[in-house]
Amino acid sequence: MLSPAFLSQLRRLLPPHCVLNEREDLLPFESDGLAAYRNTPDVVALPENEAQVAAILQLCHQHKVAVVARGAGTGLSAGALPVDGAVLLVLAKLNRIKAIDPLARTATVEPGVRNQAISEAAASHGLYYAPDPSSQIACSIGGNVAENSGGVHCLKYGLTVHNILGLRAWTIDGQLLEIGGESLDAPGYDLLALLTGSEGMLAVITEVTVKLLPRPERAQVVLAAFNDVAMAGAAVGNIIAAGVIPAGLEMMDRLAIQAAEAFVHAGYPLDCEALLLCEVDGVNEEVSADIFTVRKVLEASGAIEIRTAESEEQRLKFWAGRKAAFPAVGRLAPDYYCMDGTIPRGQLPHVLKRIGEMSAEFGLAVANVFHAGDGNLHPLILFDANQPDGLHKAEEFGARILELCVEVGGTITGEHGVGLEKIRQMCTQFATPELTRFHEVKAAFDPDRLLNPGKAVPELHRCAEWGAMHVHGGQLPHPELPRF
Amino acid sequence: MLDAFIDRIQAAQASGTPLVIQGGGSKTFYGNADEGEVLATRTLTGVVDYQPKELVLTARAGTPLAEIEALLAEQGQMLAFEPPHFGERPLPNPDGTAKQSTKPASGQVAAYLPLAGEGANVTPKPTHATLGGSIAAGLSGPRRPYAGAARDFVLGVRIIDGSGQPLRFGGQVIKNVAGYDVSRLMVGALGTLGLITEVSLKVLPKPATETTLQFELDEPAAILKMNQWAGQPLPLSATSWHAGLLTLRLSGAASAVQAAQARLGGETLKDAAAFWQRLRDQTTPFFDKRAPDSNQGLWRLSVKPTAPPLHLGDAQWIEWGGAVRWLISDAAADTLRKVAKTAGGHATLFRGTAPVDGAFTPLSPPLSVLHRNLKQRFDPGGILNRGRLYPDF
Repeated sequence: MLSPAFLSQLRRLLPPHCVLNEREDLLPFESDGLAAYRNTPDVVALPENEAQVAAILQLCHQHKVAVVARGAGTGLSAGALPVDGAVLLVLAKLNRIKAIDPLARTATVEPGVRNQAISEAAASHGLYYAPDPSSQIACSIGGNVAENSGGVHCLKYGLTVHNILGLRAWTIDGQLLEIGGESLDAPGYDLLALLTGSEGMLAVITEVTVKLLPRPERAQVVLAAFNDVAMAGAAVGNIIAAGVIPAGLEMMDRLAIQAAEAFVHAGYPLDCEALLLCEVDGVNEEVSADIFTVRKVLEASGAIEIRTAESEEQRLKFWAGRKAAFPAVGRLAPDYYCMDGTIPRGQLPHVLKRIGEMSAEFGLAVANVFHAGDGNLHPLILFDANQPDGLHKAEEFGARILELCVEVGGTITGEHGVGLEKIRQMCTQFATPELTRFHEVKAAFDPDRLLNPGKAVPELHRCAEWGAMHVHGGQLPHPELPRF
Repeated sequence: MLDAFIDRIQAAQASGTPLVIQGGGSKTFYGNADEGEVLATRTLTGVVDYQPKELVLTARAGTPLAEIEALLAEQGQMLAFEPPHFGERPLPNPDGTAKQSTKPASGQVAAYLPLAGEGANVTPKPTHATLGGSIAAGLSGPRRPYAGAARDFVLGVRIIDGSGQPLRFGGQVIKNVAGYDVSRLMVGALGTLGLITEVSLKVLPKPATETTLQFELDEPAAILKMNQWAGQPLPLSATSWHAGLLTLRLSGAASAVQAAQARLGGETLKDAAAFWQRLRDQTTPFFDKRAPDSNQGLWRLSVKPTAPPLHLGDAQWIEWGGAVRWLISDAAADTLRKVAKTAGGHATLFRGTAPVDGAFTPLSPPLSVLHRNLKQRFDPGGILNRGRLYPDF
């Protein structure tokens, strides 16, 4: 509980409408995009400018009150879940696009600016911001930096870390960090990379300078159906080995295809085990050359049907099914739980087979949607939260999938972050020395552990407890083994 | 294989002996002078894993860059950040292919490298840039503005920190957001946070065709053109301006390169591969033009690419679409740093005698505190490459 004295000081820093602590005002902030995790915040602060952010942090530091930063609240790992006794610092009101420099191809924006709003503002200059997480209509750039968000174009265009140039950020004791800027590099350690994906644990961002890219002259997509998931997986590797880096390379399994087709009627072939969508973009002539190569490789890789979108309308239709895959799968069951592991692409057939076996074991259906180009797997576990044990079983199944990803040389999170959701699996992915070092990195910025406490990096004693549970459950017996 | 390094670092920490990490010795000029016992990584060689279809290569730190590049070239792939090798090296054939190809000796030391005993203070030939040194220095070549920097391609590292603790961060997959990005923190840290022992990198296919064009343009016009073209869908892969000549490389499918060439005009440069390699490795005579017995240094000003001409003399070479301005200058460090700051960036004394406060632009007080905090956590005894990055740690 926060003291009345603290709350009254907080109110003095902000206009009245920027501090919420009535229960009905707090409810919208009790979870982020992962609604299974809920906690009503003690107080919500909605600063309207950078000076207010700095003042709030200083006050919290002085009173040793924790701070959980939140952007648009679309995160999928409970990273912005309120913490008891903390201030929920909502940066949504810092939503101005401060500058767009078309010649230097940069945009300088406040953290609450929506991802897609940047591309919209840059569109008249023929430029756009490349990372496109599926929540891009709603998610904010500050949250994108905190999570190092990806999207469907990562293989070619990278994640957030590859597409930002500078940050203004504040430490918990109210010091301004000016990191990077308008040049392509900065002296000293790469703190830009360290802060990107740090899940609000190191500093609070108040400004981001992003890179803008010229809009590709042309984009074209090829759809290919396969009778066998392993063949589709091999085709992905063959396309890359042929020297093509697709802008997007997506794969869906049978259940995902059928759900998507029933939902949006994208015209997908239904009598197949796997569907690949391969989009190439760039200079007109390059796209023609790549489409030719991709079709040849898909044929040689055993595709039973190959279609090339011949118009923009058809391209969007091909994508409509993939983009609607999550809600489409959502129609098959009362609830679904989306996982976010990454694996080396070559492990795909093995991983899908094991997921199939686990699906039978848990009695829960699973649809697989895969950013095949960059190895990011999104299994959607279908369950019914109204069934006793429904959510718990889905979470256990999900945890097993993530451990499998680590086992084959991958990672527990490709783009959604650890947050609170995957904090247990951090003990599987990292051994004690690395986890210790993460805590020390945190301490270098925030020795009192006031920023987003309890998220992203597990306490070591918690790993020991969970490790014991794992052995009991017959799961990975040696979570301390390095398996990266 | 790592035990000897772990023991050595633990002993050095116990006795407070500073260590100077040395790979191929090709970049000893870079950063501030450091003193200590040499910790040679040249026995840590070998490509551990290379999966062309996964676009991932993992190799030990002492592996020569040339060996890695030759291995990649056999599969039509490359390190897209074009790391500089520095020093004199054989130039490529006019068609861009390498003159020789060496097979990786996985787990073995390549025959042409001196087999240094542990800690042996052998001066290596300054031509064998290693993978570890390239990542520790974090330097990138001409393709950087269009393809990305060294840090953009690092997927994972293994290090031994200053207390002798082996650690691994990141992995071999492109998307990975579990834990802080310590892998990238190592890039450009100049070995001050740990001895890099192994690196996993994303690699890319080599472009099918490359063509280099030249245009006679003055400096303001060249800066404008480089930025305008970078904002258009053109297959740009390198840019340079020096002495009234803008040089530009196009990479991609033959049809795309031809179409861009038809649109842009210009004169085709013959022997272009050698031109870009000399620029990358600084074997072009410009980089040696410092007058002997003078205070001249080779300065690297990393600025906003659209920054107008800096008016700091004619001894200038512009790269990276305007974002890097190389200068041979005897101006005071403070003057150059101010100019660079006004131009949206920072200045580094690249070759020459570093000013007392170091080769790199001093950090703001809050950033400086964070640097020292991080150094303290990774190297509590302050023994690794002490002073190489900043004189105070």
